[in-house]
Amino acid sequence: MALINTGYLEYDELKNIQTLPDDERFSKGPVAIIECVQEIPCNPCEAACHFGAIQVGEPITNLPTLIGEKCIGCGMCVARCPGLAIVVVDKTCSDTTATVSFPFEYYPIPTVGEERKALNRKGEIVCSGKIVKVVNPASYDHTPVVTVEIPKEFADEVRTVERV
Amino acid sequence: MLQKDVLVIGAGPAGLAASIEAGKYGASTLLVDLNMQPGGQLFKQIHKFFGSSAHRSGTRGYDIGKQLLQEAQEANVEIWMQSTVIGIFPEHKVAIEKGLDSGKKEMITIQAKKIIIATGASENAIRFNGWTTPGVMGAGAAQTMINVNHVKPGQQIVMLGTGNVGLIVSYQLMQAGCDVVSLIEAAPKIGGYAVHAAKIRRAGVPIRLRHTIIEAKKGENGCVCGCVIAEVNEHFQPIPGTEETIACDTIALAAGLKPTMDLVKLAGCKLTFNGPFGGYIPLHNDRMETSCLGIFVAGDTTGVEEANTALEEGKIAGISVAEDLGLISPDTASNQRKEIWERLHSLRLGPFGERRMQEKEAVMKEYETCIGAPIPIQ
Ligand SMILES: Cc1cc2nc3c(=O)[nH]c(=O)nc-3n(C[C@H](O)[C@H](O)[C@H](O)COP(=O)(O)OP(=O)(O)OC[C@H]3O[C@@H](n4cnc5c(N)ncnc54)[C@H](O)[C@@H]3O)c2cc1C
Ligand code: SF4
Ligand code: SF4
Repeated sequence: MALINTGYLEYDELKNIQTLPDDERFSKGPVAIIECVQEIPCNPCEAACHFGAIQVGEPITNLPTLIGEKCIGCGMCVARCPGLAIVVVDKTCSDTTATVSFPFEYYPIPTVGEERKALNRKGEIVCSGKIVKVVNPASYDHTPVVTVEIPKEFADEVRTVERV
Repeated sequence: MLQKDVLVIGAGPAGLAASIEAGKYGASTLLVDLNMQPGGQLFKQIHKFFGSSAHRSGTRGYDIGKQLLQEAQEANVEIWMQSTVIGIFPEHKVAIEKGLDSGKKEMITIQAKKIIIATGASENAIRFNGWTTPGVMGAGAAQTMINVNHVKPGQQIVMLGTGNVGLIVSYQLMQAGCDVVSLIEAAPKIGGYAVHAAKIRRAGVPIRLRHTIIEAKKGENGCVCGCVIAEVNEHFQPIPGTEETIACDTIALAAGLKPTMDLVKLAGCKLTFNGPFGGYIPLHNDRMETSCLGIFVAGDTTGVEEANTALEEGKIAGISVAEDLGLISPDTASNQRKEIWERLHSLRLGPFGERRMQEKEAVMKEYETCIGAPIPIQ
């Protein structure tokens, strides 16, 4: 696995290990992508989802799986996963753009309207992005979920924005 | 002499869980810790914890510490902070250097029917040229500086080690506003969880595998101004000619932890050497009792693991002392222990846990064959 040698996942590698939403599910609106691929003893994502869309079950080292039809893309699991391994992707927001909602635990927290460089899993700059939403209620316990709008073709690549 | 049913040494997750159980069943319980705040490793962990949601995972470490502290207070546990246990003697007499409100220390000897040692683990040091230069420190020390004392150890950090501690502390250093220049790892693969490594990579920080630090460079101010790294061969020896200098002002070392064994040794508990668990550890049975009658252990002291496993082992120790003090029936105690062992079992599955499960079983097997039943301390 490239992951344990490099620290990041290639999208193809991820697709082989995790159940990702298919094109049909993407066409219906925002949906969670779980980029957690090792059998570690962890399950708060399962408890975080009020819609029963994430399953870990017993034993706790099972990989989490997403039930795409149940997921409404609310983003609760994004804030609660201690691995910061979940994002919500919406490929339906416009014809040319998509949004990626990701956890962001650095100061300064991005603000709506701000332009920030959007980065991939290796921290490389992919494109410029516009911050369209920042959600940070008490229930997220200091893990703001930031939504960036980017050209649609980068929806599977962009996973965060630069720190400034 | 002050008399207690139970003395618990170390207020990390293991010690807190043990004292909550003992206190809950009515044992007069004293919990002592040398730190200023209870929680052990937890109080400097600002990240959300891994583990099962039943064990408060997804909650930040210091909040878990606060919740446990509250439960301990509700269970009438007496807590002495800034108090160091410095000796364990026959008849369970224990010497404590007690911290007073005035800031002074007072030597107190107490006697406890049962003793639970949960002193955790300490960081391993790594030696290279210049390793005593100011600016070279343990990753745990760097973490204490940023998260407890709110002081940056430096601006440009090189981290040695990619276990979970190296990965998590690197992330927290970036959160504190430091630049982590690079992570250096001698092994051919990243040691910790991939999700932690992914956070580091997303932030654009390189991870150099098959490399080690061979020298800390000293600047004109007498402090670290860089480090020399080199590629290593399969025997972890630096390959001449591959040296590279990286500018930095801090070198943090995350080269593993080893169980804190001083008190276990003083008490005369039988030990065994166990590499995966971090070094010498006390032999114990499935009640967490050592070879010494009435002396129990729990948590990282019995082998370096995680907060979840420390909590569960602490509970087992607490339940076992309550049983031995006649506060709960052997049946209740054994049923509760059985449930906890099942949970521990499921925590020790998967590629990161299996080895620990085998080792834990080996430790308890060795106890059965070499000790059988505990004997009073001589
Ligand atoms: C950077 C980092 C990140 C971690 N992240 C996670 C995570 O996400 N999930 C997870 O499950 N685990 C995590 N852990 C591991 C977890 O913190 C430890 O396994 C756990 O704290 C061990 O608990 P313990 O009670 O055995 O020991 P400790 O928490 O180390 O507590 C031992 C206590 O004993 C005290 N003590 C020692 N000697 C004496 C003495 N002579 N007299 C009085 N007091 C004494 C010490 O002051 C200390 O407070 C992490 C650890 C580190 C370092
Ligand atoms: S985004 Fe919301 S609905 Fe979808 S899996 Fe996460 S918590 Fe559940
Ligand atoms: S909470 Fe995050 S790290 Fe833990 S199992 Fe779920 S996706 Fe993986």
